[in-house]
Amino acid sequence: MRHFVVVGVLVILLAGLTYIGLDTIGLMPDAASAQSIPIDWMWNWQVIAISFLFSLIIVPMGYSLFVFRRKKGDTTDAEHIEGNTALEITWTVVPLFIVVAFAYMGTFSLGEVLRADPNAMVINVTARQFTWTFEYPEYGVVSNELHLPYNRQVVLKMESMDVIHSFWVPEFRVKQDVVPGRVTEYRITPTLEGSYKVRCAELCGTSHAYMENAVIVASQAEYDAWVSEQQAIAAAAQTPEGQGQIMAVKNGCVGCHSADGTPLTGPTWFGLYGSEVTLADGTTVTADDAFLEESILDPNAAIVAGFPSPSVMPPYQFTDEEIATIIAYIKTLK
Amino acid sequence: MKKFLATALARGLLWQFAGTLLGAGLVTGIRALMGLSVNDVFFFTEPAWVMGGFSGVIAFLLGSGAVSDWVKWARGMDTPEHHEEPYSGWEKYFHVSLDHKVIGVQYTVVALALISIGGLFALIFRTELAASGLQFLTQDLNLFGQNGLQLYNTLMSLHGMIMIVSILLGIAGIINYVVPLLIGAQDMAFPRLNAFSFWIAVPAAVLLLMSLFLGGFDTGWTGYPPLSVRAPVGMQMFFLGVFVAGWSSILGALNVIATVLRMRAKGMNAMRMPIFVWAAIATSIIALTATQFIGLSFQLVMFQRLFGMGFFDPAKGGNPVLFQHLFWFYSHPAVYVFVLPGLGVISELLPVFARKPLFGYRWIAMSSLGIALVGFVVWAHHMFTSGMNEYLRLPFMYSTLLVAIPTGVKFFSWVATLWKGKITFPTPMLFVLGAIVVFLLGGLTGPPNATVSVDLHLHDTYFIVGHFHDTIFGGFVFPFFAALYYWFPKATGRRMNETLGKLHFWLMTPSFFVLTFGMMRIGLLGMRRRIADYDAALGFDATHLALTIAGYLIGLSVLIFIYNFFASVKNGEKADGNVWNSRSPEWQVPSPMPAHNYEQPFEVVGEPYDYGLEGSQYVKFIAPAKSGHK
Repeated sequence: MRHFVVVGVLVILLAGLTYIGLDTIGLMPDAASAQSIPIDWMWNWQVIAISFLFSLIIVPMGYSLFVFRRKKGDTTDAEHIEGNTALEITWTVVPLFIVVAFAYMGTFSLGEVLRADPNAMVINVTARQFTWTFEYPEYGVVSNELHLPYNRQVVLKMESMDVIHSFWVPEFRVKQDVVPGRVTEYRITPTLEGSYKVRCAELCGTSHAYMENAVIVASQAEYDAWVSEQQAIAAAAQTPEGQGQIMAVKNGCVGCHSADGTPLTGPTWFGLYGSEVTLADGTTVTADDAFLEESILDPNAAIVAGFPSPSVMPPYQFTDEEIATIIAYIKTLK
Repeated sequence: MKKFLATALARGLLWQFAGTLLGAGLVTGIRALMGLSVNDVFFFTEPAWVMGGFSGVIAFLLGSGAVSDWVKWARGMDTPEHHEEPYSGWEKYFHVSLDHKVIGVQYTVVALALISIGGLFALIFRTELAASGLQFLTQDLNLFGQNGLQLYNTLMSLHGMIMIVSILLGIAGIINYVVPLLIGAQDMAFPRLNAFSFWIAVPAAVLLLMSLFLGGFDTGWTGYPPLSVRAPVGMQMFFLGVFVAGWSSILGALNVIATVLRMRAKGMNAMRMPIFVWAAIATSIIALTATQFIGLSFQLVMFQRLFGMGFFDPAKGGNPVLFQHLFWFYSHPAVYVFVLPGLGVISELLPVFARKPLFGYRWIAMSSLGIALVGFVVWAHHMFTSGMNEYLRLPFMYSTLLVAIPTGVKFFSWVATLWKGKITFPTPMLFVLGAIVVFLLGGLTGPPNATVSVDLHLHDTYFIVGHFHDTIFGGFVFPFFAALYYWFPKATGRRMNETLGKLHFWLMTPSFFVLTFGMMRIGLLGMRRRIADYDAALGFDATHLALTIAGYLIGLSVLIFIYNFFASVKNGEKADGNVWNSRSPEWQVPSPMPAHNYEQPFEVVGEPYDYGLEGSQYVKFIAPAKSGHK
């Protein structure tokens, strides 16, 4: 009997300490969406259950190893206890109820996560190796950054141009795969202003690690200002270079080719036009119109030194006019 | 060297090499006649490589002699029922043998070799992950036609599948060696099929490794299309390797089931079987009936690549999510294939070292079957974010959480077995206890993944990676080592060194905790799976460095084990008796076991685990009948 009392007290003590410890460390990142509340609520209950069950097994096990270890010189066997049916039924039936309760709580929290606002703003999302593109149909804006207003539900309608990707912002908690041939939806209500990143969570090829785009949650006023600014850019973009910039964003070019010299998966476009480019085979070539056109249509025709061969760039089909606008845009990047 | 080149292994590998060239050459010749292209980046074209891979496997089987009795039968020639072993010493293990004990050792040693290769791959990419940014797997690296990022993906993917194959071979090794001894059989039911099941795994492992040199593949071990449709030709070698390895698993399982059903000793009814036999049966039922699905799903992608069949191509009316259903219909039950034998080892060894009966024998036996059966209806919990029907996720959440119940029965029964025991701590027991704790952590971190809403956050993160390394180490790796330390004297008549064994345990266990706790910690905070590089802004560099160091320490501990294993075969302390004072039949006769097992058959006259019951016996040896019954 004494054994059971000691073990019971230790179980409660260790369970409490484990839970408090885990809670103090803080296991989850910032919660930045309304959907993260029911998820974190569920998670918290699971941490409680884990702390308790961990102690329930570890304490009597550790206690046995210490108290019931063989004494020196003892060669006899232990007490002959074969089992206890009542006990077996108890630890089958009680967990059954706990499991069903947790499954019910899980159902409830999923319902909260999926709660749809009929007035949610629609944003079209295109995923491709290895970047994300966001199109705001209400405003005619295309961007490779996802800007969201504070506290308004958005529904992302997501399509993939090539392989399976997965949309995940850790601070939003929710994750959704993007599957070729279908449109998947992702509903989120941002509740914390700040800068985050959408990180592709489904292995999508060599540069999967770098498939990350900025997500910016701002106040309605700041968001509106960003939209007007983007619209102004789009309106001013009747020039070829303006059209080229839109093409470059829409087709995901900017996911791998930076406009400011930052090294990404592909060579930067900053200062590219007219420069001397060293190729992987050691030869040099001038980046003129012909070279750029050839590289856009057939990325493997010439590999720039220091970049992967064969090229990881997906095949694109553009009209001559479209290519001319992209080259016009590249020319402006100096 | 001459002796080695004459072995079945060397001949098989040589034939596989020739068979590969022959098959590839044949397709290349046909393509040339048809006016199609005849060479590609890796010399042969993809169809030629696939044909070559396939014909290489057949050539291996012919060359090694694994099918020679069947070939002789087909030609109307007789072969003796039992082959007398023509080889002794190390040579025995490099030739085709029909003795289940030799095959068990062959399986185990190949499993250890593959664990070492898979572990080496892990250490390579773990080193890359020690800091953010790319250290040595850089973009301008070019090795085997792959840049650093592609090579990272290949190594990470191969680590997964090579470890899976090594686990399948490892459990087959333990089951093959132990099950006939536990049930008092002379051998497995189908000795030639048994040898075939082992030998076919060797060319399968070669195919898997070939993928590394043929451009690799960047899909992870799951091989999801459309990514796997676009991957280099290495992808096909991977598919083919898994397909062939599946044969080993299916046929081995069939053999185990037939053996246990038909060849038990007199008096050994179902409830008097050693508990490990129950685990072997449960695991074999899954392996026999589910393995086909991974073979099928990979074969469909192979055909999509080779013949343009659009099974998973939405442009041709296919569906990429369908692949995931087919794939996980095997690959989830497969994890129970990996862990059930390990849990069986825990249940088998615990009473020996606690000197107390196994608490609730029937409940533990039934829980193995329960896990095996429930395991068939939980597969879609791997797909909660995949875009499958939203409402279908709920029944899979309920069914998955139900797995907790039979698993819980095992834990409670183990603790109750230890309670009031007289516990000793030799090396096998340390690994059994380590297995319980590690598997507990794996088990407790499972339900959050099964709960849809929380899984939306956890899916595809390092939390999952930490979780399943816990389940696999607790359910396979620790019990596997426990079994090797425990049955080593039976196989060799010598003991492994206890000091080195304890060093192995005390080095591996804490390092492993650092590894998986660290993985889960950063996973919750935003570390994705399967990435070669991570955002320095996340602040994970210090944790990753700790994980890498822990990984190296685990590698070091396994090296100590391997040294101990091979050194003890020759120089271990002699131990031909009942080393662990066990009631089990195989320990009632001297070690090592003779070729056809028990010279006298035995009869079961009591319960297997009646430790502490005065005068009770599990088995009684009966003198062979005068007529010389065979």
